[in-house]
Amino acid sequence: MSVPRYWREIPSRYRLIGSKCVNCGKTYFPPRRVCRECGSVNLEEVKLSEQGRIITWATVYDPPRGFEKYVPYIVAIVELDDGTRIMTQITDCEPDEIQIGTRVYAVFRKIREEGESGIIYYGYKFKPLK
Amino acid sequence: MRKVAVIAVGYTKVKEHWGLSIRDLFTEAAIMALNEVTIDRVDALYVGNMSSGYCQHQEHLGALMADYIGLKSPPAVKIEAAGASGGMALREGIQAVASGFHDFVVVGGVEKMSDVLTPDITYAMAMAADQEYEAFIGVTFAALNAMIKRAYQHKFGVSDELIATLPVHCHDMASKNPYAQYPFKITIEQVLSSPFVAEPLRLLECSSPADGAAILILCPLEKAKEFTDTPIEIAGVGAATDAIALYQRDDLTTFKATIEAANMAYKMAHTKPEEVDVAEIHDSFSITGVISLEDLGFFKKGTATKAISEGEITPGGKVAVNTFGGLKARGHPVGATGVYQVAEVVKQLRGEAGKNQVDDAEIGLTQNIGGVGGTVTVYIFRRID
Repeated sequence: MSVPRYWREIPSRYRLIGSKCVNCGKTYFPPRRVCRECGSVNLEEVKLSEQGRIITWATVYDPPRGFEKYVPYIVAIVELDDGTRIMTQITDCEPDEIQIGTRVYAVFRKIREEGESGIIYYGYKFKPLK
Repeated sequence: MRKVAVIAVGYTKVKEHWGLSIRDLFTEAAIMALNEVTIDRVDALYVGNMSSGYCQHQEHLGALMADYIGLKSPPAVKIEAAGASGGMALREGIQAVASGFHDFVVVGGVEKMSDVLTPDITYAMAMAADQEYEAFIGVTFAALNAMIKRAYQHKFGVSDELIATLPVHCHDMASKNPYAQYPFKITIEQVLSSPFVAEPLRLLECSSPADGAAILILCPLEKAKEFTDTPIEIAGVGAATDAIALYQRDDLTTFKATIEAANMAYKMAHTKPEEVDVAEIHDSFSITGVISLEDLGFFKKGTATKAISEGEITPGGKVAVNTFGGLKARGHPVGATGVYQVAEVVKQLRGEAGKNQVDDAEIGLTQNIGGVGGTVTVYIFRRID
């Protein structure tokens, strides 16, 4: 991936920056310019909640190129406390420690690296609240 | 708007064709279709394909295929909508003929996946998802469908055994289709003991990488009888889109785009789910097929697997589904799948479906999904007596 393509997503991937429709209140991750609920173009940047609950999840055994050494890993849809949904890895736990509804919080983690001399990807993962 | 008919079909066996290139596959299917009718010209070609850029480093498929199948320099273009590329290519062809812009159109679909290794195919298929916020973190296409399966089971309390009935059914059908990738039967026990690809989805619940090509020839219905005794009318046309990122959907147990596309197609064809005799649905994963049977209106939400276990989707049941094996067992050469489905329904309505022929089949339906419901096409076909 090129440096600018990685760099321009940093606010969302490092700090959970999303957007909120000033007209109807709907929130989005990543940020959007147009509200798909009401059609308004009046959206503002917001920092999203760092805690939420698992809506559904899966454990990956057959990975895409670049994720081979992390197998098995857990991916989930999390609904943040402000109602925004996000796709994330669940980290620092075993699959039998989570279920639909488990409370989780955001942590900053390495996602993967692009070979020996490429970009190292960082971003959010979520971890169960104990 | 003119009515449109399918006057010829062709397709290759679905398998890993080590000796054939992507252009060879397309050509083999085209020769079969062009042998069915005698027409003196082709006005346009539409090629459904998802991943030739990634798997073969080959784009510009429209012109390439037009040249290799011997057409005289018609306008030709590749149509890409992930797994619904074939279905959307057909839509372009229908619009061209219905509008009166063209009379004779070739619609094809092709995918050649065996040129790359499995992790690369997994990567290529994840391109149907949101690259920056799903694929970036290692979400696979199977994982998205596994998340849907977990949400569905949580909501409706349906067992793994019941969901396994769909792949078992598809393999039963494929066992009598010589063009199928996996022409043999499997059991529920085999499904449930196969390894996880993405838990809770197991290997025998997932379609596999495959190579294949399928072709249709379209013309105005009013001219169709000049070329074939058994034209099949494209009576209903529907397509819709939705957020491609699964996490941006409110309800994970239904595909809104299927419902919208189906409503359009039923309305245009003046028919309803109860009148459909044969259906080819998009079972890229067991759960995807189960949800589709419900979204298409054949069964109420949460009840499709019980209906499958009671024989409702076998020939002679309420609606004969995936009588050539579906994506699971006929195979899922991604950009070709939507075209295979139509070719198979045409065979059923002509009475040429072989051992799985449905008696007196008159109305057929196909449903083709791109991504996890980001694009869906639904078509309804009618036999002309």
